Amino acid sequence: MSQGVLAITEQLKGVFRKVTYEALSEGRRIADRLNCDLTALVLGAEIENISKELNQYGADRIIVAQSPALSEYLTDAYTTVIADYITKEKPAVVILGASTQGKDLSARLSARLNAPLAMDCVAVRFEDNNLIATRPMYGGKILADVALDGNPQILAIRPNAMTIANADGAGSIEKLDTDTGSIVLQVIDKTLDTGKVELSEADTVVSGGRGMGGADFTVIEELVQLLDGAVGASRSAVDEGWRPASDQVGQTGKVVSPNLYIACGISGAIQHLAGMSSSKVVVAINKDPEAPIFSKADYGIEGDLFEIVPKIAEEVRKLKG
Amino acid sequence: MEIVVLLKQVPATESLIGIADDGVSIKTDDIKWVINPYDEFAVEEALKIKEAHGGSVTIISVGPEKTTEAIRTSLAMGADKGILINDPAVTGCDGLSTARILAAVLKEIPFDLIIAGQRAVDDDNFQVGVAVAEFLGIPNISMVIQQEIIESKIRCHGTIDGGTVILEAPLPALFTTQRGLNEPRYTSLPGIMKAKKKPIDIKTLADIGLDADRIGKPLTRIVAMQTPPERKGIKMITGDSAQAKAVELVRILHEEAKVI
Ligand SMILES: Cc1cc2nc3c(=O)[nH]c(=O)nc-3n(C[C@H](O)[C@H](O)[C@H](O)COP(=O)(O)OP(=O)(O)OC[C@H]3O[C@@H](n4cnc5c(N)ncnc54)[C@H](O)[C@@H]3O)c2cc1C
Ligand SMILES: Nc1ncnc2c1ncn2[C@@H]1O[C@H](COP(=O)(O)O)[C@@H](O)[C@H]1O
Repeated sequence: MSQGVLAITEQLKGVFRKVTYEALSEGRRIADRLNCDLTALVLGAEIENISKELNQYGADRIIVAQSPALSEYLTDAYTTVIADYITKEKPAVVILGASTQGKDLSARLSARLNAPLAMDCVAVRFEDNNLIATRPMYGGKILADVALDGNPQILAIRPNAMTIANADGAGSIEKLDTDTGSIVLQVIDKTLDTGKVELSEADTVVSGGRGMGGADFTVIEELVQLLDGAVGASRSAVDEGWRPASDQVGQTGKVVSPNLYIACGISGAIQHLAGMSSSKVVVAINKDPEAPIFSKADYGIEGDLFEIVPKIAEEVRKLKG
Repeated sequence: MEIVVLLKQVPATESLIGIADDGVSIKTDDIKWVINPYDEFAVEEALKIKEAHGGSVTIISVGPEKTTEAIRTSLAMGADKGILINDPAVTGCDGLSTARILAAVLKEIPFDLIIAGQRAVDDDNFQVGVAVAEFLGIPNISMVIQQEIIESKIRCHGTIDGGTVILEAPLPALFTTQRGLNEPRYTSLPGIMKAKKKPIDIKTLADIGLDADRIGKPLTRIVAMQTPPERKGIKMITGDSAQAKAVELVRILHEEAKVI
């Protein structure tokens, strides 16, 4: 019989990613509902020290798969170790973050295990005893409820969609003997942006569009720094070469769901909305009162962003004292 | 170099999407259908690789009859031939069963490289390409913005959260596309004329040796659809000066919305 909830963790630069805490917290809620244990599975090279903290999010068991071969995420090595573990332990539900890594991993796991996958879920609930996952489709224009038949039910959850809750877990640490099988993928190089808050995980995103008029995003960067957020951009701003492609929000860019999204000099094209419409609070600053973004925002300021954004930064600075 | 592109036809992104009477699918009457934008990057990259290394580009799609339009467009861009799996049983497919069909087609034809989109912008599943690679037992690299073929290997720059990674895999391999990879070419009139003579092979599941009954029973099922809740409506912040507006906005965000 399949039993238990397995949360697969993810770390970046030696610390767990926020979406890992979200996956554990949601995993704990599911485990409570099913009245079963929550297990956290940690893969990496030097992870034993950081793994202990996962009990604060309700993990009953923490399984550590530690091996130099797992120091970098490689689809083949990770899939083999995790799929073998799942085949042996037979969890009923597997939950992980739908980060870039999590999407790749969950798709491969689902195929290897012939298991149903709900990608990029924003909510999970039970109807009778059946798990139903809600996920956006059509660039967020539709929310679909999905039923999953088969085992395990794999849930890849969208970053920032589920709340983090502290819970005491027994958190016993066990080491897993790992056999990665033959690895054909090879990391040649890896570059990480330093000191930046990752756009898809940021609590606050301030985006600039064509209205920025050029590559000088200083006004936005200042506000972002005060709010400890991330800079986003419309496709126009990326196409103009003002911002890197990794900053693009929208259908062909990143999907973000921060608590606060501030759109500056962005008209609000449907492809842009596809990337930010699930933000909790949306503020639009635009000098055109007819700009479509205003119909998709909670608060709007009509005016020149170069006058308004620095004033907002000034007020935030006062607030933060 | 035998290159295969996995291509899906999807509603154009500016289409209005409404829920059909059955409550679990969308209305398709007024939709303009296009090549999935990420698959368009895949076609373009396949053509670039063919131009550099020789070989041919085959488009494979699972979908209804009208998918031939999207395949024809990619042939007009320069691809050589198309294969469409059109069978009544595929309408109920989920990502995994679609991947299984594509893998079955691929097992019958030669390939060195497969290119798929990172996601189809209708179901936003991020699943089919990676699952095809798994079913074929070949490596995959996701979200690629740059690639280079070095003898029998492919080296790809993939985007990851917070940076980029350069990965290398032996061929045959599959990679998925990310914006930034290329700018897809437009179709030219001579290209459109030539495309009319290029072959599109239309097959059923039985033709490729699959059991429609089994494929038609997917593991994931949509049980309901809603449109997301509308925002309450905008509150415009007014004031005599930029300063006054900023003060009011920050007050609201702090005291009422509690997001700063
Ligand atoms: C297949 C496809 C995929 C796409 N994917 C994406 C995507 O992922 N993300 C995306 O963003 N777009 C995407 N687009 C493009 C999208 O359709 C729009 O073209 C784009 O979002 C417009 O960017 P913008 O709002 O910055 O520019 P514009 O539409 O030009 O708007 C600029 C706005 O700035 C305002 N403005 C100008 N100066 C100021 C000032 N000083 N102060 C305040 N306001 C000012 C103007 O009033 C205007 O509203 C896609 C398009 C297609 C066809
Ligand atoms: N029906 C299909 N026919 C051919 N390729 C597909 C099909 N569905 C998905 N794909 C491929 O898989 C990618 C990811 O799709 P998805 O997993 O549906 O988001 C797409 O960009 C296509 O390259």
